[in-house]
Amino acid sequence: MPDSVKLTIDGHEVQAAPGTLVIDAAKQAGIEIPAFCYYEGLTLQAACRMCLVEVEKMPKLQAACTLPVAEGMIVRTETSQVATARKYTLEFLLTNHPLDCPVCDKGGECELQDMVFRYGAGESRFTEIKIHTPEKQYSPVVYFDAPRCILCFRCVRICNEGMGVGALGVINRGAVSEIAPNVGDHLECDECGACVDICPVGALTSGAYRYQTRPWEMTHVGTICTHCADGCKTTLGTRNDRILRGNNRDHSGINGEFLCVKGRYAYDFYDHPDRLQAPLVRVNRKLEETSWAQALETVAKKFNETLAGGGSFGVIGSNHTTNEENFYLQKFAREVLGTNHIDHHRTGDVVTLLDALSGQQDKLATVADLYQRKAILVVGADLAIEHPLLSYQIRANYRHHQARIYVVTPGPVREDNYAAASVRGHEYESLREKLKVEPELVILFDDSVKGDGVRKLVDFGESLGIPVKYICLVDYSNSRGAVDMGLTPELLPGYHPAGQPGMHAQEMLAADLNVLWVVGSNPLKAGASRKAGFLLVQDMFLTETAQQADVVLPAACAYEKIGTVTNVTGEVQRLKRGVNTMGAKPDLEIMGFIAREMGVAAKLGPWAPEIVFEEIRKTVRGYQIPLPVIATGGAAQTMPVNGRIPVEVPSGLVRSDHNGLFDSGTLGRYSKVLNSVIESRLSR
Amino acid sequence: MIPMLLYAQDEVGHVSDELIEEIARRVGVTPLQVNEVLTYYSMLHRKPLGKYHVQICTNISCLLWDADKLWEQACHKLGIGHKEATGDGQISLEEVECIGACSWAPAVQVNYDFHHFVTSEKLDQLLDGLRKKQ
Ligand code: SF4
Ligand code: SF4
Ligand code: SF4
Ligand code: FES
Ligand code: FES
Repeated sequence: MPDSVKLTIDGHEVQAAPGTLVIDAAKQAGIEIPAFCYYEGLTLQAACRMCLVEVEKMPKLQAACTLPVAEGMIVRTETSQVATARKYTLEFLLTNHPLDCPVCDKGGECELQDMVFRYGAGESRFTEIKIHTPEKQYSPVVYFDAPRCILCFRCVRICNEGMGVGALGVINRGAVSEIAPNVGDHLECDECGACVDICPVGALTSGAYRYQTRPWEMTHVGTICTHCADGCKTTLGTRNDRILRGNNRDHSGINGEFLCVKGRYAYDFYDHPDRLQAPLVRVNRKLEETSWAQALETVAKKFNETLAGGGSFGVIGSNHTTNEENFYLQKFAREVLGTNHIDHHRTGDVVTLLDALSGQQDKLATVADLYQRKAILVVGADLAIEHPLLSYQIRANYRHHQARIYVVTPGPVREDNYAAASVRGHEYESLREKLKVEPELVILFDDSVKGDGVRKLVDFGESLGIPVKYICLVDYSNSRGAVDMGLTPELLPGYHPAGQPGMHAQEMLAADLNVLWVVGSNPLKAGASRKAGFLLVQDMFLTETAQQADVVLPAACAYEKIGTVTNVTGEVQRLKRGVNTMGAKPDLEIMGFIAREMGVAAKLGPWAPEIVFEEIRKTVRGYQIPLPVIATGGAAQTMPVNGRIPVEVPSGLVRSDHNGLFDSGTLGRYSKVLNSVIESRLSR
Repeated sequence: MIPMLLYAQDEVGHVSDELIEEIARRVGVTPLQVNEVLTYYSMLHRKPLGKYHVQICTNISCLLWDADKLWEQACHKLGIGHKEATGDGQISLEEVECIGACSWAPAVQVNYDFHHFVTSEKLDQLLDGLRKKQ
């Protein structure tokens, strides 16, 4: 077969690989052929007839979405015959359409509207009464309005192929065909909303967004999802300081168009009625609202007195706060409070992995690698539930490149459906012979592999004699960044040993510290009572820990601030501010204000995120990443440490929360969507 | 899957939820996928039919022989409509497209038996017979 085929499209000579579809070849040449059912990355459907083109020597118009290119083919995409055919196709599609565009969510960004505008099917010859069926609710997030549906099957295919769920089907025939859910009258699925987003028209609408606004009235803010560690880009549609929608229709970011239910809908914790909007100070054993000035003064006074009296401090940081905040917090702890008692909840043994890989280059996989590498080994995690994006990437890799997937998990997982081999339990050794003959491999592992287990796994990988890359799974949006930024008693930012290591979180909770400072974390969730003399908490909500605090400072969430976060694969991305919540402040600003009030601001330096990030770039090993990349919404992977990390890290401290699709720590408890979907009840 | 659905329907009378589950399991697809196939074909039924399922063709050849009148007569006589069954579950009615018996139009099918050159009187007798038949 020749490497490339020459053809002519609208007079332009085009070269394309054999097997390329005419619609794709045209796109490469900058010519758009309209399409409804054709969707890049999904199987072909050829259901809508919108892509018809004229091909010389072929008697009839051809569907460009299923026609492969051929040598010498002459294609015309915009002749009067083509335009007439498309106009008629549109007339058919509108046969039973209610023409309710003025109240339709999709109005203004509807592909059908755009096409009718272009080809102007201004009249219909049908005089029959239109078939109307009432709108149906399939789940709290998915609504279906049959009369608007153009039966392009995109929703069915994205659910089946993209998500690997298969919760939507088409029932009946002809004019009464409609999209049906998998369980009687409702959906039991991932509730990801991919079907809603991919629908070219307003047939599928989302419970979160419907009838809230017109699309053109929103501002679109591309930021990073604040839930799991996968680091999906989510584009928030905001208006008047409210988030009305989350999606990623521009396919930007490491996730393309993918988002799970959390990235697409679970931004809704931000305006929960329980959100803290004023500082609280304990007066006569009760927390009472006070002003920022008063609260900061109380904290600074307490901190300064404790310092002067040689008292002890402990600091527990967060898996959700930005790199800038984490860096500033550990600097505050170490340089101002003079303590190494600083920690956070560790959800994966990143430290041992980096140590085990020291001296080697290019060993950490990216999210893109999961789509491109020929073979993948998953150890421990139920990816589809705990790491939806990583699971999606692997599934797409299998569909598009026939990647071989190997899973070693305690129970059945979605990956079993397309795995080359599934092993139940923890023993991956039996896969050695199969893996040895793979050209390359990515190994992902969760917290069931830690300490020596990580070294053993790396030894295994390196003994296969093929290029292997690794991913240590962690839980939250900046779990990885928290370790990188030195939120541990034994390591400074960039994995430098911290001299005399301090206490870890559990020790701090049990110790009689004079002051315990908790930022964006809930270590007393299980109900233990605090030991520290003074407890300062920065949080969005009155968590179990905050309830025991002396001072609670209301913090802004990720969607209300700027800064950077580092995802599970070590890729750094930038947060953008979408909205503001009255009364709450970004944690970085709060820390800066405390420093200023204490009179130590000069020592810590400015608390502007950009300036702190510059310092991180200059001083933290691995963070010498190109600024323009992240400034323009891209992701830049941090460099591996590439040197021994000479500290003993108690691997017993590593414990993943194993959040499911409908859980997300404290944030999940306050998300209306996550609590309303039926699956969250079924899975608990 | 289609023969399986037909045989199952013959045994049970209609395609019930349990049957969908069972067929999905046997074929190795989801119940939703069985439902997609099943709802596409008009000869597969989700609701219980009568013991005798009377299918009256009103397609073109039969229509030319006044099949529409036969249809109305049957509806009137039994007091039921398209895809409905009599209260005792004895007889159900369905208006169908061409059943391949055009040369003997108008044609009526009862379960798998054909009745040719049906007249108003013949239909009356047929239905009366079915009412009593065990
Ligand atoms: S919400 Fe997601 S999982 Fe559910 S039907 Fe739609 S695409 Fe499928
Ligand atoms: S609901 Fe939307 S995506 Fe699904 S078939 Fe109809 S028009 Fe296409
Ligand atoms: S996969 Fe993770 S990062 Fe992506 S949308 Fe879901 S929760 Fe957010
Ligand atoms: S895009 Fe080609 S038929 Fe729909
Ligand atoms: S039209 Fe009635 S059997 Fe053919």
